[in-house]
Parts: sequence; structure tokens; C-alpha cells
Amino acid sequence: MTPDEEWDEGSPERLYVLTGGRSGSEDVGLDLVTLIVTRTPPQIGMQPEHQQILRVCESPLSVVEISAHLRLPVSIVTVLLADLLAEDRVEARAPAPSLPDIDIIKAVIHGLQNL
Amino acid sequence: MASRTSETVTGPRSEDALPSSTASAVKIVIVGGFGVGKTTLVRSVSEIRPLTTEETMTQASVSVDDLEGVERKRMTTVAMDFGRISIDDEMVLYVFGTPGQQRFWFLWNGLFEGSLGAVVLVDTRRLEASFDVLGRLEEAHTPFVVAVNAFDEAPTYSEAELRQALDLPDAVPLLHCDARSRESSKEVLLALMRYLYALATRTETAQTS
Ligand SMILES: Nc1nc2c(ncn2[C@@H]2O[C@H](COP(=O)(O)OP(=O)(O)O)[C@@H](O)[C@H]2O)c(=O)[nH]1
Ligand SMILES: [Mg+2]
Repeated sequence: MTPDEEWDEGSPERLYVLTGGRSGSEDVGLDLVTLIVTRTPPQIGMQPEHQQILRVCESPLSVVEISAHLRLPVSIVTVLLADLLAEDRVEARAPAPSLPDIDIIKAVIHGLQNL
Repeated sequence: MASRTSETVTGPRSEDALPSSTASAVKIVIVGGFGVGKTTLVRSVSEIRPLTTEETMTQASVSVDDLEGVERKRMTTVAMDFGRISIDDEMVLYVFGTPGQQRFWFLWNGLFEGSLGAVVLVDTRRLEASFDVLGRLEEAHTPFVVAVNAFDEAPTYSEAELRQALDLPDAVPLLHCDARSRESSKEVLLALMRYLYALATRTETAQTS
């Protein structure tokens, strides 16, 4: 199966089923780069997409990377993550504040110089 | 089509795993028109194979030929590429290549608001493609630098000509780059970060005086 065909599975009907009809607009405070880390391993009987998230987040992984690996839009991944957060199965690490913080800027400059 | 099982999702390669000590992420946005080199720049600097996220947008459209004026729904898929750079054991930087059309930006909530800043990639063959982006970033108070991507056949202008054409204040850094080169692309990100540093120290001085 080519990646293009897999994206066809992103049809609105399928996405509606995956989220039980929830729109993804309810705000659980997740950013594109909020890091998600699994707390409890996947269990038999869980929704497959929930299991996939728990599997790929054994090491910290951003919301947008989860979206790319699962080939699901971020708006859907956010809804799935809300379920896992409510059940305490994952931990969410919020992004650094975007306000100009000298220490963060210095760290990024240093990190880029080492690239 | 075979039903998807959890086995079909491979996830990140083990060598791409972030250390468990990674506490927070920051982001930089590369924005520019189609074909300007966003994906190329992201690929040049990323430590992981670049990834793509897609969002579907439903647009109401009324066909002109349609005498009844019936509203139809048109689906548009908008893709965004991104890459990743480890800063240290506790911080990771994400670099997003985002389409220039502002109507797509709302698909990813907080993309610009939550970013450290932006790089506007410019192709001198289509300078006008950048006007809208520059205006929107100013409105959103997102700090940005402008990088002119070097295409072989593209006309070359002096810095003064470019600043005038783009209506760009002297304070905003303007540089040339080759998005295919890691060194050059890295310099673009560093130019943005040094500009942010200057802005941040200026703000601190202003607050303490
Ligand atoms: N000559 C030249 N070609 C480039 C440069 N950057 C990108 N390209 C080419 O321009 C085309 C479009 O680049 P791409 O990164 O896909 O643009 P995007 O639509 O902004 O993501 C590709 O064929 C690239 O190889 C550059 O700095 N110089
Ligand atoms: Mg692209």
C-alpha cells in the first residue's frame, strides 16, 4: 500500500468513527509540540489507535509526530490523547513558553551551533 | 482495503528516540509560497527523516454555473512538513515548513503564536508571493527574518532594492541562503535566534531602565 492510499483512510467518515463523533475542538491544552510519554502499556481490548499511541510514545514524542506516524490529523490525535490523559495512561509535557526567554534562546543558539 | 491493525504503525526508529529527560519543546516556522524551498530547508537541518502532517479543510463553494446556487462542500488537504533538532538533554526544537496562504494557518492552532519566531523564505522570481505573509506576521507580532533562497535562474537584487520591494524595515534581518545546504540553512536559523536574542535583551533593558 502506498502512503497516498493510506491517507485515503483519513476520510471524514472514518475519522468520525475513530473519535466517537467528537470534533476535536474541545480544548485539552495540547500544542503541536506538547511531548507525550506513555505511563502504562497498551492493553488488549483498547481501541487500536489508543494502543498505537501508547506504543509510539514509549520515549517522549510530540503530538505532531504522533500525527505523522499514525497518519491521522492532529485534530483527531488531540481527541484520542484527551481520552488517554483522562485515564492517566500518558503524561503530557507542555512546550516552553514562547515569550522571549534569554536562557531558552541561548540554549537553542548553542544547540544549533553544534548541529 | 485491509483493515488497519496496530502493527501497521511502525513509529520512530529507535535511534530517533528522544531521551526520557526531554522536558519541553520549542518551535520555529518556515513560511513561504509553493516551491520556495521550505521542505528542502527542513530536510537540510532535521536530525530525523522529515515527517508530514495533514489536515483536511472543508470549504463551502457555490458554483457559478449552478442556477440554483446550491452550496457544495469542497475538501482540501493541506500538508505541513516538519523536522526535529535536539538542543540538549532537556529541550528539543521542531522546525515546521508551512504554506504561505494565511487561510491555512488556522488549521494548526497556535502554530505561530506558540513559536519562537519565523523564517520567511523568498524566491526573487516571485517576490509578490511574500507580501501577504510579511503583513500577517507583523499583525500577529511574530518576530521573523527574511531569507532569500538562491535559485540559479533567479534575478539578483541589492539589499536596498529587496528591502524596498518587500517594504522591510532595516531592523529585520535579511539574508541569502541555499536551502539545499545544511550549513547555509543552519545559518538562517541562527540568524533568527540571534535576532530574538537582540530583541529579548532590548526588552529587558527597556524594562529595567
Ligand atoms: N537551485 C536551488 N533549488 C532549490 C533550492 N531550494 C530548493 N530548491 C528546489 O526547489 C524545488 C522546490 O523546493 P521545495 O523544498 O519542495 O519547496 P516548498 O514547496 O517550499 O516545500 C525542489 O526541486 C528543490 O530541490 C535552492 O536553494 N536552490
Ligand atoms: Mg513543501
